Amino acid sequence: MTYTINGTEFHSTPAPGQCLRTFLRDLGHMGVKKGCDAGDCGACTVWIDGHPVHSCITSAEQMRGRSVTTIEGLADGDALHPMQEQFLKAPGFQCGFCTAGMIMTCASLNDEQRADLPAALRGSLCRCTGFRAIHDAIDGVAHVESDVSPGKEIGASVGALEGPGVVTGTVRYTMDEVPAGVAHLKVVRSPHAHARVIGIDTSKAKAVPGVLGVFTWEDSPTKRFSTALHENHLVDASDTLVLDRVARFKGQRMVAVVAETVAAAEEGCRQVAIDWEVLPAVTDVEEALLPGAPHVHDRGEDAWIVNPEKNIVAALEFGRGDLDEGLAAADVIHRATYRTPRQVHAQLETHGSIAWVDESGLVQVRTSTQAPFITMEKLAHIFDMRQSQFHVFTGRVGGGFGSKQEMLTEDLPVLATLRLGVPVQWEWTREEEFIGGTTRHPMIIEVTLGATNDGRLTAMALDVTSNTGAYGNHGGETLGASSAPLAGYRCRNKRFTGRAVYTNVVPAGAIRGYGAAQPTFAMESAIDELALKLGMSPLEFRRLNGLKPGDTIGVGGAPNDDVMSSYGLDQCFDMVASAIESGPSLPAPEGPEWSTGVGFGMSMYDTSPPTEHRSDASVEVLPDGTYLLRVGTCEFGNGTTTSHVQFAAAALRTTMDRVAIRHGDTAESGWDTGAFAQTGLNVAGRAVTLAAEGLRLRILEYAGRFAEEGARIELLPDSVVVGDQQISLAELWRRADADGVTLGQARRAYGTPISVGFNVTGVRAAVNSVTGEIRLLQVAHAVDAGVVINPQQLRGQVEGGVTMGIGFAMTEWHQMTDDGTILNPGIRMYRIPNYADVPPIQVFFSEDADGVGPFGAKGCAESPIDPVAPAIANAVADATGVRIRELPLVPPLIFERLYDEYLQRTPAV
Amino acid sequence: MDQGTVREFIRPSVEDPTSEWQPGDAWLAGGTFLFSTPLPDMRRLIDLTTLGWPSLEVSDRGLRIAATCRVVELYDFDPPAEWTAGPFLREAVDSFLAGFKIWNTATVGGNICTSLPASPMTTMGAALDATLEIWGPEGARRTMSVPDFILSNHVNALKPGELLRAIDIPLESLMRRYSYQRFTLTKHGRSSEFLVGTSDPRKRDLMLTITAATSRPFVLRFAVMPSAAELHDAITSAVSDPDYFDDPNGSPAHRKHMTYYLAEVIRTDLAGEAS
Repeated sequence: MTYTINGTEFHSTPAPGQCLRTFLRDLGHMGVKKGCDAGDCGACTVWIDGHPVHSCITSAEQMRGRSVTTIEGLADGDALHPMQEQFLKAPGFQCGFCTAGMIMTCASLNDEQRADLPAALRGSLCRCTGFRAIHDAIDGVAHVESDVSPGKEIGASVGALEGPGVVTGTVRYTMDEVPAGVAHLKVVRSPHAHARVIGIDTSKAKAVPGVLGVFTWEDSPTKRFSTALHENHLVDASDTLVLDRVARFKGQRMVAVVAETVAAAEEGCRQVAIDWEVLPAVTDVEEALLPGAPHVHDRGEDAWIVNPEKNIVAALEFGRGDLDEGLAAADVIHRATYRTPRQVHAQLETHGSIAWVDESGLVQVRTSTQAPFITMEKLAHIFDMRQSQFHVFTGRVGGGFGSKQEMLTEDLPVLATLRLGVPVQWEWTREEEFIGGTTRHPMIIEVTLGATNDGRLTAMALDVTSNTGAYGNHGGETLGASSAPLAGYRCRNKRFTGRAVYTNVVPAGAIRGYGAAQPTFAMESAIDELALKLGMSPLEFRRLNGLKPGDTIGVGGAPNDDVMSSYGLDQCFDMVASAIESGPSLPAPEGPEWSTGVGFGMSMYDTSPPTEHRSDASVEVLPDGTYLLRVGTCEFGNGTTTSHVQFAAAALRTTMDRVAIRHGDTAESGWDTGAFAQTGLNVAGRAVTLAAEGLRLRILEYAGRFAEEGARIELLPDSVVVGDQQISLAELWRRADADGVTLGQARRAYGTPISVGFNVTGVRAAVNSVTGEIRLLQVAHAVDAGVVINPQQLRGQVEGGVTMGIGFAMTEWHQMTDDGTILNPGIRMYRIPNYADVPPIQVFFSEDADGVGPFGAKGCAESPIDPVAPAIANAVADATGVRIRELPLVPPLIFERLYDEYLQRTPAV
Repeated sequence: MDQGTVREFIRPSVEDPTSEWQPGDAWLAGGTFLFSTPLPDMRRLIDLTTLGWPSLEVSDRGLRIAATCRVVELYDFDPPAEWTAGPFLREAVDSFLAGFKIWNTATVGGNICTSLPASPMTTMGAALDATLEIWGPEGARRTMSVPDFILSNHVNALKPGELLRAIDIPLESLMRRYSYQRFTLTKHGRSSEFLVGTSDPRKRDLMLTITAATSRPFVLRFAVMPSAAELHDAITSAVSDPDYFDDPNGSPAHRKHMTYYLAEVIRTDLAGEAS
């Protein structure tokens, strides 16, 4: 019996317990992706005899004799399948990791299924787009502008450069290119929240056939570091070891087993015996602050830890004016405490890294990261080597959302390959993303607001207690970012106090809305509560008190590098208010138990992070007269590479197809701090623009050699006009080369000064006060992102961010027991928004041009999430009169209060 | 996912696969559960799908569903028009968290044997008073009702070496009127509560099946349609607080609240009372 795959017969034999997904990949069909490996996400969808299945939960052996179609076999030769064409032209993807499976699914839908996409696409997940883009692709709606003439690139919805590779499944993500003879790494994770290793017996593990090496804390480098990836490594506590003797959370990696196969590595892990001394643990953040609480970290690990005895890794206190004076001047004061939960990134591509030492002795690291350069720097630090001994690079990255601004999977493969001399790969399972990855910092936020009767804010204070978990990665920076909501309002007296606290649970880290989504929920809920106490419309209160041109940006009184070089908040308020006034997108459900309400939220964001951030870019003329752009930042669906080529083409007065780009690779470009916090567009994009503008001037300067005095010199898309002669760029390159002249320029940009942008969300929700169900009838979102470089790309980013906000507010219910056990460590039980969970999202852009960003753009990758949750909570309060100060708004957590209020409202029930 | 501990894949050569069974074996039907979670104690897979059991057999006794009947076959099944409860077969399939791609391989028996409180095939079998046919080693045969079969979350009455052969739905059940209520925390999510009422129009009785809300199915039978208060009291005496299931798809308190609420909605509907 054989397998027919895309029309070709294969005679291979799968392992008896092998699933079809890995069998197809073993045979070279790398378009078959792993998102969850449990049948929940659909990234691995293939057809069996024409019917779609999830290949990760399909027995390979059972499919003998059957005909399999993967994404690679969908096109008819060079002619794309119509669904591939539609996904390309909509576009129906961002990072593209779900796309192959999504196309295989959508191409199989019958009319009945197309008529009910929310039902048909359950179990087909996309974390990037928010699904509207996928709906458009299915319907054949094309937004991509394919014919963009020179000079029209900025503001055109050009398609993603790697689009054709995405829709054909041929673009290569991290684990799609693997060196021959690669060994597999798996880890033993701690079953205890806090425990010290007394002894480890690895003898049985080493005896497992195929096991090549077992590594414990005794094999670990002794340099402490933080997994957080920042330019300045001093902003995070160095509290982490590659392998530690102390487990500080349930799920911490303790022992690494490397074997010839995944199965042997897993068996090796099961054979490791660890003798533990279980230590007292603290998993509750408020208990961790009490005297006598167990210490998660010891003094002496790193002086950066502010107060290990109190489990405080970082503490901040700053402000301006006089809070007491402001409160004394207030007619109305609102003070309340709000709580926000964990949220996971759930990017479809799990973490994974492959390391090997090449023939020249260079350590090669192919990895899924948002910051290859900082990873290189950190590896050099840990292993006591030079940065030049590492080459860190990415394939296409299948989503990040901050999860990959973290060095989680690179160090162990490097350790193993240095010791064993064979290539080693470590690919995380979906469960490892939950138990060994990072989450949003849960926060307890006390808001104090004072205002006069005429609605002017006189005092604002935030007190934030942030749970950083077992390690301090991003603990300090997210804490600083959590002061952001204070900055968005005009008020003389502001005060921020906060602390990031260690507990014995899975570490928190970087995630979209970095430290700001949590206090924005608190502040924007509190603003509503205060306005209602004043008898004012919450929206009018925001219009009155929101920051305006000329106001100081920032919370403290010290000079800073924030500038308001554009302003669109007023337009955002107008657009969202007008959309909400015009009525709901979906009809309100009927019945006395249902009530509807409207809520708003706003937030301000910085266009660069406050820590040091730098990006190099270079552009050169190639011998064939085209251009090569090199930039260090990564592409993971954010669309920056496409925007970078738009910038370069615009600056060089050429067409985009004449600009090639290399990125995300430490060997291909100058330094780049990484892709996070709008920097891909704003900082790297500025470097690209400056380099391209520099090259244009350089070309004109050199071409001047061939001009007579006073002759016209002009750069055209593929040539230079010098007087009455036209010299092709290829010819110009030949002349320059002969003259010993390089036609190339490099520039560096920094994340300073920082400009600001705004987001405003309006929500109309219906609430069932008996069941606790919330239905979003309308979501309108406006963003002030300056000049919009690529409208469809930005629209997708905004919809994706809003959708993640909907998840944060009302579908994603991360559950953990008191001993730090995560109860839903998988996509099936941790519900990221499905198609059915997302209503139509109305997206609006303000019209303004920024003075700092490239071509007037500000970037807006992560910020749209911020005001979504409070807008929903405010709508629920408006509908029911019940103010809920804790997320998520899931029926089991909210129904009792809603039902009590309903019974009081309607005594007849 | 790959199950690296599996050493052998067996296609049974005889009609009764139970003769092949040994410890460490798992009966493979669609595989959608067996390949979805680590099962390191599994050593061999015995494929039941090659035995050729007819998926759906209609007779004057009712409907016999093979354990290996794929969910999509039940969804596509066109029941006889006189089966008042016939449409519920399709509606039960539509109550899966899993989408249509999973239905292409998952089986009715597999879903019952996975024995989740929210398994929709369990709900269907319990609400339609099905009898489960169970095969054991050396020709042992026994039958069971669904509520007796499901013991708690992921736990059922199958003994080592036993397999589920078929689900027999009696004609009498298929001729009853029915009304169901299902609540999920998110649209098309996994059932938090899935309650079904059936009634014989001539007898005006009520059979109420409570699933998903509780860790095992509860069936309440009333010879005549109860009043709201009678129904409420019957639920209270049948289902105690620890019976309400606690998992990430709901809380015991919410499930209890919803059980009473949804049961009353069903009662009102079947009693023909205006709500």
